[in-house]
Amino acid sequence: MRGSSASGRYDGLLFAGFAIATLLAPLLLAPFGAGYPDLLQRFAIYGIFAIGFNILFGLTGYLSFGHAAFLGVGSYAAVWMFKLLSMNVIPAILLAVLAAGLFSLLVGFVSLRRSGIYFSILTLAFAQMSYNLAYSVLTPITNGETGLKVELSDPRIFGGPAGGGLPVPEIFGVDMHTTTDVALFGFNLQLNVGFYVCAAFLIAAFYLSMRIFRSPFGMTLKAIKSNQNRLNYTGINTRPYALTAFVISGMYAGLAGGLLACTDPLAGAERMQWTASGEVVLMTILGGAGTLFGPVLGAIVIKYAENIFSSFNKAEISSFYSFLPDGLRDAMTSMTAAFVGDGWQLTLGVLFMLAVIFLPGGLMEGLRRLAFWRRPGGEPEETAARRPAE
Amino acid sequence: MNAVLLQILNGLDKGSAYALIALGLTLIFGTLGVVNFAHGALFMLGAFTAVTLNHLLTLEKVVVSQTETTAWGTPLEIRTPYAEQIFGDFGQFLIDYSVPISILIAIPVMVIIGIVMERGLIRHFYHRPHADQILVTFGLAIVLQEIVKAWFGANPIPTPAPESLRGMIDVGAGLGLQPGSVIYPVWRFVNFGFSVVVIAAVFALLRFTTFGMVVRAGMADRETVGLIGIDIDRYFTWMFALAAVVAGCAGVMYAPIVSPDYHVGMEFLVLSFVVVVVGGMGSLTGAVAAGFLLGILQSFASMNEVKNLVPGIDQVIIYLVAVVVLLTRPRGLMGRAGIMET
Repeated sequence: MRGSSASGRYDGLLFAGFAIATLLAPLLLAPFGAGYPDLLQRFAIYGIFAIGFNILFGLTGYLSFGHAAFLGVGSYAAVWMFKLLSMNVIPAILLAVLAAGLFSLLVGFVSLRRSGIYFSILTLAFAQMSYNLAYSVLTPITNGETGLKVELSDPRIFGGPAGGGLPVPEIFGVDMHTTTDVALFGFNLQLNVGFYVCAAFLIAAFYLSMRIFRSPFGMTLKAIKSNQNRLNYTGINTRPYALTAFVISGMYAGLAGGLLACTDPLAGAERMQWTASGEVVLMTILGGAGTLFGPVLGAIVIKYAENIFSSFNKAEISSFYSFLPDGLRDAMTSMTAAFVGDGWQLTLGVLFMLAVIFLPGGLMEGLRRLAFWRRPGGEPEETAARRPAE
Repeated sequence: MNAVLLQILNGLDKGSAYALIALGLTLIFGTLGVVNFAHGALFMLGAFTAVTLNHLLTLEKVVVSQTETTAWGTPLEIRTPYAEQIFGDFGQFLIDYSVPISILIAIPVMVIIGIVMERGLIRHFYHRPHADQILVTFGLAIVLQEIVKAWFGANPIPTPAPESLRGMIDVGAGLGLQPGSVIYPVWRFVNFGFSVVVIAAVFALLRFTTFGMVVRAGMADRETVGLIGIDIDRYFTWMFALAAVVAGCAGVMYAPIVSPDYHVGMEFLVLSFVVVVVGGMGSLTGAVAAGFLLGILQSFASMNEVKNLVPGIDQVIIYLVAVVVLLTRPRGLMGRAGIMET
């Protein structure tokens, strides 16, 4: 663990660096071909989701397998706000956070009565119930398989049915899709309103998470992870602390869901499926659970990989191998094709296994080892502490 | 009454798959202390052994007939599977019975896969936190799944049961009810009977053989068994292989019922985890009992009468039961204290 005495100035720098990097993301990521609004928005949104998940899993060690449910609830709440109130994103996001918070309070209150794998299964059970119900009985609210979307006939209070096409989400009159093209350093930067709304929330989310990490509350959460029994014996009732962390991370998920709906006003039940919950676990672990910046990094890497690997097709791979003789080229092409395009999840799975096997602390641990040029033999202190006593 | 009987049969059938997967999960957990999220993938691999064998046996030789033509006037293509060409009637028998025969192939295949998995990957995770074990096996499950998808495509592949076992049994008549009131597919009975045999065999193995005795001793106190001079790791590797075989055989037998696709394992896995937890981590009897119990409850919940009473109950019943059980009996129905609670 980092010493907390010198962390004040260090944190200030870290936060300033994070904020600047986020705001400059369209420029910084342009060389990687990731500088376009759609992908940048996803980076920011899933970054928020993973930061929130990390507050629960990284600090308390409670592994929730049902966080996608809160994201889904947030999305539905936001779309309903669009349908009924106005196309402004602020009330939509507020309701999304609130709804997800309430729902996570309910789920957390019940699930946190157990720990370990029992907790994981309880959260999974709640998420799967929400998913199944969203597809079947709750169709009037969720619109079932079609998904909930903004329609022309919506009884909106402000900005009711005006002529023309479907209304788009806006923030105080500015369309979320507004994009200004700026040419800079030879790149065509697309500065998008939607991205900057997401980025503002991401920076705020990061700041809040940093404050939580450094607060006495955060220390208590870390203590829950390292030894809950000892904490109980000291006379501290851990459950309210864990529940607070659970609700906070649920609200983060709701915020992410709300933002997803704001960038594209559509909510479907598949967002609540357990694979979606698994994805945020992946992001957090890959980046480094329990670190401040790790989850964001994990979210960016996974969403980037998904985007890059899934976009390749056979012809492109074939042209990539054009220097090889024909037979070899075909073999290499079909072999590579299994890892990209539709098969990009195979790459994801392999990456994921490699990360868990060789980098238990995630990418942040890898970066730290690189930075300090430490030999990888020594087991990091954190994993040693997490090992159950046998 | 008829509907109830039918739902009990449905439940036993569904429950037998849950019970077999949950049994394997519990074996692995009880012996190795590893939470194996790749277990559903083993089930899926089993199902695909059946698919592969069926596919290989039905490879056809196409001969274009010189004299005959089809109704459209194009030359008639005569398709004969190679198996039939080489073995004659026996070949036909092979094709027809490809699913039961797959069991014979699935056993060695799953043993090898199990041993490779345990030696190559799982072994290195004994001393890592449970979260790491869950994550690495989850990653492995994705990899196995995607490989199968790349090979066989994403669509479900129908794998027919043998002709003679494709019919229906009139259960109602057998029980003295009105004939034809309760009829049920033969294959599902075979599947259920097979599961019962496998479960009994596993229990007998653990109870009555020296191998089982050592494994049980190892589950209770691994260190002491090691001190006596027994190479417990080797036993545990075989235990893992056994669990893989159980899951694989369940997959083979289930192939005619579900038409396997690449993510069939995951669907079963999530439910089987719920089953294991409801039964109690580490309890074999609990896993089997909970498997059948939840299977039957699920079948009852999907009856129209129940659905009209409580809409949507069929979708959530298993999870609902899990929540209730975990809150009232913290360690599941038959769980032991102190397992997986940190």
